[in-house]
Amino acid sequence: MSPTLGLLAVVGTALLTLLVGAYGLRISRTTSDFYVASRTVTPWWNASAISGEYLSAASFLGVAGLVLAYGADMLWFPVGYTAGYLLLLALVAAPLRRSGAYTLPDFAEARLESLPVRRLASVLVVLIGWLYLLPQFQGAGLTLRTVTGAPRWVGAVVVAVVVLVNVLAGGMRSITLVQAVQYWLKLTALAVPVVFLLGAWHADGAPSPADPVPPTVRAATTVDVKADVTLRVRQPVTVRVDGTVDGRRVADAELPLAPGRHTVLEGSVLTLPAGATVPVAERLPAADGAAWARPLEGGTAHPLYATYSLAVALFFGTMGLPHVLVRFYTNPDGRAARRTTLTVLGLLGVFYLLPTLYGALGRLYTPELLLTDRTDAVVLLLPARLVGGVAGELLGALVTAGAFAAFLSTSSGLVVSVAGVLSQDVLGPLTRRGVAAFQIAAVPAVIVPLLLALLASGLGVASLVGLAFAVAASSFCPLLVLGIWWRRLTSNGAMAGLLVGGGLATVAVLVTIVAGPIGGWPGTLLAEPAAWSMAAAFAVMVGVSLASPRRVPQGVNLTMVRLHAPESLDVDRGDWNPERR
Amino acid sequence: MSHGAPPVRVRVTRARRPAARVGPVRVTRDIDEQTALGEVWMRSLVRTQLRLSVSVVGAVLVVLGGLPLAMAVAPQLRSARVAGVALPWLVLGLLVYPLLLLAGWLYVRAAERTERDFATLAQRDVAATAERPPP
Repeated sequence: MSPTLGLLAVVGTALLTLLVGAYGLRISRTTSDFYVASRTVTPWWNASAISGEYLSAASFLGVAGLVLAYGADMLWFPVGYTAGYLLLLALVAAPLRRSGAYTLPDFAEARLESLPVRRLASVLVVLIGWLYLLPQFQGAGLTLRTVTGAPRWVGAVVVAVVVLVNVLAGGMRSITLVQAVQYWLKLTALAVPVVFLLGAWHADGAPSPADPVPPTVRAATTVDVKADVTLRVRQPVTVRVDGTVDGRRVADAELPLAPGRHTVLEGSVLTLPAGATVPVAERLPAADGAAWARPLEGGTAHPLYATYSLAVALFFGTMGLPHVLVRFYTNPDGRAARRTTLTVLGLLGVFYLLPTLYGALGRLYTPELLLTDRTDAVVLLLPARLVGGVAGELLGALVTAGAFAAFLSTSSGLVVSVAGVLSQDVLGPLTRRGVAAFQIAAVPAVIVPLLLALLASGLGVASLVGLAFAVAASSFCPLLVLGIWWRRLTSNGAMAGLLVGGGLATVAVLVTIVAGPIGGWPGTLLAEPAAWSMAAAFAVMVGVSLASPRRVPQGVNLTMVRLHAPESLDVDRGDWNPERR
Repeated sequence: MSHGAPPVRVRVTRARRPAARVGPVRVTRDIDEQTALGEVWMRSLVRTQLRLSVSVVGAVLVVLGGLPLAMAVAPQLRSARVAGVALPWLVLGLLVYPLLLLAGWLYVRAAERTERDFATLAQRDVAATAERPPP
């Protein structure tokens, strides 16, 4: 793709974001405006905004990359991202809106009447928010490098700055407009190129990615190795090398690679001849097309457990994501919250048909990404590779714009949520509340994950997001579900459950990030912790609550009326208000 | 948040309808005053809604959760083809999404009906509702 067009796409998306944000700025005045857009957003716009905010780098780039690398099992990612909203709809949407909470800590405090639980919830919101921001910044770095060749940190810094400016200037009202516009931008950016891609694939004789052959490049392909990589070669292949392979410096010469492991150092350039089998990075499974296309055979350890645990994390984690919840307050009432969520289910379902197609086409036309373990780039590279010419360049620019929309929208939502919690629960007691504290809090909300993203690089975008979901499923999911439906939940139970579930999932996440892939059952259990950590959280929350019956909140009956009574009913719902704490 | 029953109740919801003069006692007053009857009504509402949510979520989890198990038990399903497309890709890549939307739509319809019925019954005179059990 030409760097100029790609840059134009990036700059255009950033400008669009800032302009729509500035338009909304004229309407934002008070703290309440900043947080929740004063509840004047219609369900259709709100559903577009929720979807726009939700479709992150993981959805836009990561899913296709995972499908390319691991095959059919990865289809559970988009399914889980969508099914999470069905669970959210059926278990929490309307009561959560009726609670009147802006944030998860607000809900925890309102339901359990306990400040310690509120504080712990705040810590978890910041943790999950940062964990989720990390891959957004990483994805931005990857995208800008793929498009323009700029170093990794540039893209991350660009996204961080745009988000910070926008959040500082406009807050949630402008964010709502920005998010809604960006859903449609993202959908267009994947849907339009896919028409051309499928046309080109058809003209190519519609080859199947599921043929029982290893991934093979169709034409001679040059690969820039941007980070040291260990390859596993299964069939002897001769490549043209300019760089360092197995410790030997090769200056632009043919080099036969025998079956086995080979290390290629950063800065090397490999050229695979047409029809060559792609040597695959050691970290990725080396499945042939037939095994790739079949579930449970992608080459990961304990695929059945991994599939179930991933599904648990995604299904139950969605409701616990901080940037998802804050949107529900912008619905006028519980009924609208339900209808909005239903619309979101439809919008997500349409979008998630597309990344799978990119992943499958990528297996055919960009398999060399398996060599460098950069499969997240497949969405960006396919249009130019498959369509070519000016049309391919333009489609590539469109996809790049969509990717940046994904980083910007999700990051904005997360930063608003994290900054909201930081300003209320950390800065609030220190300084005066309101807009100033919110703006101050936005700075660490952006800077900390940006620094983490610049330091860490190992895991794929979608895997990192999966870990954020696992922490959310093991902490906020039990808090919300039990808090809404079970009167006997106590502050002690909630506290213990959040600590155990959130703690176990966080430790598993940290071990996976720091130590990298570990083999066997321990590695699988740590890489996919949700199944056991969520079960532990529920068990502890229920057990400790039953053991501390005297700590049931005094106002629980009134809270239940507030959560469940339809708005048309004229009853006393208590006087709790998150703004008058 | 106010605890128990405060001496002075503060209504923050919309005003009572014009008919709110002294008249027949309604279930809403029982709910406000947290009488035993009011509690029975609220618990019954929460239980009805929970039953609905658990049915919808349970059905979806059984269907979706059954897929990996079916593929593990019957490996021939993994490579089965329908209309030229591999079955797992057809189901997980396409058919799941309308299914989720349908489940959501059924849920919203049923939940709204429950709330409508509850509001209608709860705002009637107790005398009129006495013959009907809570929803």
